Amino acid sequence: MGGKKNKNKAENTDIQQTLEASRRDFLKKAGISGAAVLSGAAAVLAGYRHEKSKNKGEFVKVLTTDNKLVKIAAEEVEGYEPGLKELQKRGREGIPGKKWVMIIDLSKCRNARKCIEACQSAHHLRPYEYHINTLVMQESVNTPAYFMPKPCQHCDNPPCVSVCPVDATFKRQDGVVLIDNERCIGCRFCIAACPYSARMFHWEEPVNAQADKDKEYDIELNVPQKKGTISKCLFSSDRLRENQLPYCVSACPNGVYYFGDENEDAVTNGTTKETVKLSELLKQNGGYRLMPELGTQPRVYYLPPKNRIFDFDQDKPREEDLII
Amino acid sequence: MNAETKIPGLETEKIDRIASDILRPVRINKVFIIWTAFLFIALAVCLYVYTIQLRKGLIITGIRDFTSWGMYIANFVFFVATSLVGMLISCVLGLIGFKWITPLSRIAEIIAVAFAAIAGLVIISDMGRPDRLPYVFLHARVQSPILWDVTVVTTYFVLSLLLWFFPLIPDIAVAKTRLKGRPAFLIRIYEILSFKWVHHAEQYKILRQAVKILILLIIPTALAIHTVTSWLFAVNPRAGWDSTIFGPYFVSGAFVSGTSALIIAMYFFRTNYRLKDYITDFHFERLARLLFLVSAVYLYFNLNEYLVPAYKMKKFDAVHIHELFTGDYALLFWVTQTMGLILPLILLLFKRIRRPLPMLIIALFMFAAAWLKRYIIVVPPQGHPYLPIQYVPEEWMVYRPTLMESAITLASFLLVLIIITLLSKFFPVIPIVETAHEEKENEIK
Ligand code: SF4
Ligand code: SF4
Repeated sequence: MGGKKNKNKAENTDIQQTLEASRRDFLKKAGISGAAVLSGAAAVLAGYRHEKSKNKGEFVKVLTTDNKLVKIAAEEVEGYEPGLKELQKRGREGIPGKKWVMIIDLSKCRNARKCIEACQSAHHLRPYEYHINTLVMQESVNTPAYFMPKPCQHCDNPPCVSVCPVDATFKRQDGVVLIDNERCIGCRFCIAACPYSARMFHWEEPVNAQADKDKEYDIELNVPQKKGTISKCLFSSDRLRENQLPYCVSACPNGVYYFGDENEDAVTNGTTKETVKLSELLKQNGGYRLMPELGTQPRVYYLPPKNRIFDFDQDKPREEDLII
Repeated sequence: MNAETKIPGLETEKIDRIASDILRPVRINKVFIIWTAFLFIALAVCLYVYTIQLRKGLIITGIRDFTSWGMYIANFVFFVATSLVGMLISCVLGLIGFKWITPLSRIAEIIAVAFAAIAGLVIISDMGRPDRLPYVFLHARVQSPILWDVTVVTTYFVLSLLLWFFPLIPDIAVAKTRLKGRPAFLIRIYEILSFKWVHHAEQYKILRQAVKILILLIIPTALAIHTVTSWLFAVNPRAGWDSTIFGPYFVSGAFVSGTSALIIAMYFFRTNYRLKDYITDFHFERLARLLFLVSAVYLYFNLNEYLVPAYKMKKFDAVHIHELFTGDYALLFWVTQTMGLILPLILLLFKRIRRPLPMLIIALFMFAAAWLKRYIIVVPPQGHPYLPIQYVPEEWMVYRPTLMESAITLASFLLVLIIITLLSKFFPVIPIVETAHEEKENEIK
């Protein structure tokens, strides 16, 4: 693999260690958890509050041991669960400064379908309800068949977003296209518009509806799923917020997926955890996007299925295997 | 006769005769009661099926992730299409100056009102979350053709209702003193709706102006509703929908289904309401010519829509064309094209065919074919998306409408019939005053 030239061994599953993340970690460890510490660290707090106010997040009031009422950013309190309002707000804005991209290396995919399982369990879906599906592709009789994992392409010019009548599906500043099932009216115009068949609909009560009934709706996870609304791949935005790789990416046993930030030109392989330069990876492997002629500008890139490391015909499903 | 009913320029005897003919069916008789009871009972059954859909979700239909717009949407398109006949008859032909439309214009308006009103309900039956309907306005996004569609369909419905009602006011004033033996509530309604109309020349002048304004507003609105409806499909990058002529193609098709609906209704009113003297063979002959014209235009658009892609056979267009010409939908496709378009066009050339009964039969075929044609436009392009359909249950691969969704679709037709029945039974279906004027003009000639 040509992309290995620029590899960087990363120690953990983090996409990258940004200053922002480490600062936040530090603050957490420094013990914002206890109000006692707060009382003694008024100066730190003042500066910190000033910083946080730039982000305009949710604030909570905390009573210190010396009976002072102070206001701190809610997400810094340990055990804090953001409310629906905050989840919706940050979910619609996205993660500042990022431009997420996914690269799928077709030469490595042998249809293990682990990505699909991880996705379906995270998002509470039935085995035939897909955010991501691996397809058996063959362009023409004389060209070889191959497996192609197909998530939502998170188009930069998304037809699904244009047609939605109520802004239930939208594009965030970090490139992710999300769906708000608190808003969706179930018209399915977006399904008609998506050329990649990336969207699914809850035709009946979702599989975990009963168990999820009281959960706060997280727009970045799209759980609880709701009957009569759309769902689709979310690039695991909830994981991205925690500096983790998407569910599918980390579940793949075959090193098919790279995921990362276009602004930093760095993507990390979900299996090997190597971080490589995005531009180099695409350049050396002839990266391409699906159906570029439609002008949808996908954020998912594919590396062609050349020099495959396994025998495709051995894994090839029969016609009847394609029906479940 | 008191002064109130004296209409400027018309003899009272003429009005008396015409009014008594036209008001004859305006009464509640046994047939009417049985018929409406049947309609409402059937409707109740279908609405019960809809409550099942509300409870269980759209799973009770045959639509799934790939073909996600099915019979409901096809039916919606058909309803919008049929409602366009109001604009064609009263507005386009009326503005050109054809006098023979006088006894037909109100029937055309009733059809327009009924189909436009129910089209809105049909679209709600397709929604996954009908409870969120207000969001369409609360969170409206101007980019979405759905907002345009909702806006223009509502506008068209209101304008059509007004165009049905305004010319009716003088007739109501004429009728209110001639409703002996009718139920009291009906007489009361007539009293209110006549708005103290005294047949003053000035009143007529204002009425004529109001109608003219309505007509001028309706023409662009009607064009807009069907063009925007066609864009619900044409804006999507899919083979079979991705067409630049969808707007005019839909509008020309709409005139075919609308004209057939009008012919069916005319035949019905003529025989059941005994209006043979008013809706004559001559009117059927005229409508036969109109039907020929709109069908020929529609055929022309069909040639463009199918033959041009069929000549090039681009990858995905080819899949779609094969499906229609020789594949799963071939039978449906060729039946609609021949029975619903080509054969009628040939038959309409013969004078013997352009008479009431043969016209009724042709219109019934074309009306049914028009419905199936909407199905062919909506459903097949979704069956073959750009990426293959794999690893899904078998019934997800091909769309098959279920009995339950057929019942819910049937409900929409029942509602249309109910509206048409009520409007035509409680109010004169042929304009009284206008007909009297026309008769007079012919006498002078
Ligand atoms: S792949 Fe489909 S669902 Fe995803 S952003 Fe593009 S158009 Fe929308
Ligand atoms: S189904 Fe929901 S997300 Fe899709 S276009 Fe309609 S409202 Fe928007």
